[in-house]
Amino acid sequence: MGKTALEKDLKRDIEKELLLGNAALARGLVENGCRMAVAYPGTPSSEILSSVAALKTAEDLEMHVQWAVNEKVAFEIAYAGALSGLRTAVAMKQVGLNVASDPLMSAAYMGTKGGFIVISADDPGPHSSQTEQDSRLMAMMAKIPVLDPASPAQALEMTGPAYEMSETFRIPVMIRPTTRVCHARQDVPLGLIPRERGTVAFDKEPSRWAATPKFRFRLHGELEEKLKVIADYGPTAPVLLNDGANGSKAVLVSGVAAAHMPEILREMGLWDRLPLYQVIQPFPLHDAVMTDVLDRYEEILVVEETMGVIEMQMADRCKVRGKLTGHVDRVGELLPERIGEIVGEFAGQPPASVPMPSAPGRRPTLCAGCPHRASFFAIKKAAPKGIYTSDIGCYTLGLNLGAVDTVLCMGAAISQAAGFYHAHKAEAKRPDIVATMGDSTFFHAGVPALIDAVVQNVGFVLVILDNRTTAMTGNQPTPASGFGAVGEPLARLDIETLARGCGVGFCETADPYGLDDFIALLKRAVAHTRADGGGPAVVIARHPCLLDRRQGAAAHEVVRVAVTDDCDGCGYCVSHFECPALSLDEAEDHVRLDRALCNGCGVCVSVCPKGAIVDSG
Amino acid sequence: MTSAIQQQIVISGVGGQGVLFVTRLLAEAAMIRNLPVFTSETHGMAQRGGTVVSHLKVGDFSSPLIRRGKADGLLALKPENVAGGHGTYLKPGGWTVVNLDRPYPHVLAGPVHEVDADGLAETHGDSRAMNLILLGFALTRIGDDFFCGPDDVRAALEKRPAGKGAMRSDAPSALAAGMEAAR
Ligand code: SF4
Ligand code: SF4
Repeated sequence: MGKTALEKDLKRDIEKELLLGNAALARGLVENGCRMAVAYPGTPSSEILSSVAALKTAEDLEMHVQWAVNEKVAFEIAYAGALSGLRTAVAMKQVGLNVASDPLMSAAYMGTKGGFIVISADDPGPHSSQTEQDSRLMAMMAKIPVLDPASPAQALEMTGPAYEMSETFRIPVMIRPTTRVCHARQDVPLGLIPRERGTVAFDKEPSRWAATPKFRFRLHGELEEKLKVIADYGPTAPVLLNDGANGSKAVLVSGVAAAHMPEILREMGLWDRLPLYQVIQPFPLHDAVMTDVLDRYEEILVVEETMGVIEMQMADRCKVRGKLTGHVDRVGELLPERIGEIVGEFAGQPPASVPMPSAPGRRPTLCAGCPHRASFFAIKKAAPKGIYTSDIGCYTLGLNLGAVDTVLCMGAAISQAAGFYHAHKAEAKRPDIVATMGDSTFFHAGVPALIDAVVQNVGFVLVILDNRTTAMTGNQPTPASGFGAVGEPLARLDIETLARGCGVGFCETADPYGLDDFIALLKRAVAHTRADGGGPAVVIARHPCLLDRRQGAAAHEVVRVAVTDDCDGCGYCVSHFECPALSLDEAEDHVRLDRALCNGCGVCVSVCPKGAIVDSG
Repeated sequence: MTSAIQQQIVISGVGGQGVLFVTRLLAEAAMIRNLPVFTSETHGMAQRGGTVVSHLKVGDFSSPLIRRGKADGLLALKPENVAGGHGTYLKPGGWTVVNLDRPYPHVLAGPVHEVDADGLAETHGDSRAMNLILLGFALTRIGDDFFCGPDDVRAALEKRPAGKGAMRSDAPSALAAGMEAAR
């Protein structure tokens, strides 16, 4: 595949476009006839589906493109599309694959009919994730092949072979990009987009699509047979990147390390001395090639992210250096500076040390005027000594405000609140428990947990931070938005009705920008949960995300605030409210307002205990 | 395709300032010049007011990342992370163009060009145009050592699809204001 990329490059007349890695994946899917794409957003994968949606609109394609309520649902929809004979794809981030792992494991046994690509984007670092887990290992556990692109161009190029492999062997195929591929931009050669609709036909075959354990055993055997052949599949075999290089040591790379390494080796003068192989398919490994590599060289360094997936499959490991042997870091992203050091040591040529930054960057914070900030401030007022469980989204940043004590995974704010309640319920003085969860997360995994909490009569307040969007990942719609991935109108779910439908008795909605009223409402909710047999209370904090253009600036009236001379520099608003537009000028004992950042929410007016922040009209 | 030009530029700032916008615009300018281009961007949580850094590599490269000590230039939309932070990307003698409104300590070996782009943006009547003003300033100050010129950036602005780019109908004038300040 590396060679064909070069050949394509040489054809100067080819049309090129500057594409984000995720957009290149989307383009690859569409160029290869994908007819159904489903996803749940999550950094670094989110732009894959929005790019497919943009292509559908721009090219007027007949295909189904949707954001699903969560990754498991997304997987199952796209999978059934593939069983109907279409080429389909599902996209998610690595922790999303945990949610979709149930159908993944079974789909591997059952196989597919139309080409089925599972894109799971990993986040070594991690930059914007809870874990650094390696989706390639999930592919290995499920026993499906996985391809590991090094660049946006290669990600696009891989989708064709991935679909062909999927159809040839009737198996789901994973593509595993990492953040540095997803969020790199590159000039990428474009191909043609086919117009054929594809034939839709679901062939009933209960012994496969509804297999009982007896048939599953047979399917498992079939799967092993498929993998044996895939381990010899030509189009995805490892490539020697520096043909002609000679030496007794070799390097194996996969993913973005295959992009970093050539530049590093050239600069260190090692390009001709260290044969460099790119492993395109980390599972199943191409046995014959690997045996040959093991025979040919005395020492082999494997550089891959984030776990030693290739390394652990190498049969004879005494020649292999990598994560398992401690030669390559097991934790964190393999930045090119670090790769330089590792390969330098391996080649007996330590590189000059590089200057590393001494200053930590600025920590992330909620946007100026973000409605979540007001909600968190109110929660701390209403339940000052409470246990605050929270969840995944922008509002995780409530951490900065001391209003978030736990963040586990999607939907856990409710179940963890229940756990804390059950643990403390026999105590004489039971702490108040307040869970915060975004609207998208509530739909994703919160609803079953809420049902459970209602049935168990858990005394806790759930604040649903309803900003009508999936904000953190770039404002994708939620089931409450009323429109879909390409902006098409859809049914709109009402969160309050849903919560009441789950059996919640106390359920009220308010705008946190009205801070004083909102605090009063939260106090009533807390009182409800304290009462004997009170059970859960749900408060829906409704105010649009400021970054969501679709909801427009119509969201609120802009308050022109000013800091008066009454400000004595106590810093309360800065430490307890942390709006980025407010900063403490310690020399002046005064708070400064940055008008370029201020969004005019006016909430700080109610926050300042001295009344020194005013609406100046 | 081998290109004689090889340039690596780091663009830094905090979320919300338009680091991504500037990076993308420069990458588009490289495309207009028919140069191969790579960028690497920050998305997700750090975009919420945290430190954001983009890498732009123009010419024959295979990796999207710039290594410390290799960058030809640094475009800093905030001064706070230049010294001891993003400055470590610079190669010896690499240039820096930094937006600042008051003296800020920095110990960089290469040439440093300072401009109060926030102040100029305020005068210009659109505080959000700061990024383009800084870019205009940099293009003029760095001149021939920059892989592209104002014309390429202007052409890139024109080629932008309506919608995202259209909210900046006065973009060329902001660019010009920055260029003016560099003279
Ligand atoms: S009005 Fe106050 S709280 Fe709201 S954005 Fe402006 S400074 Fe921040
Ligand atoms: S993107 Fe929206 S939800 Fe996220 S911090 Fe900003 S205003 Fe709040």
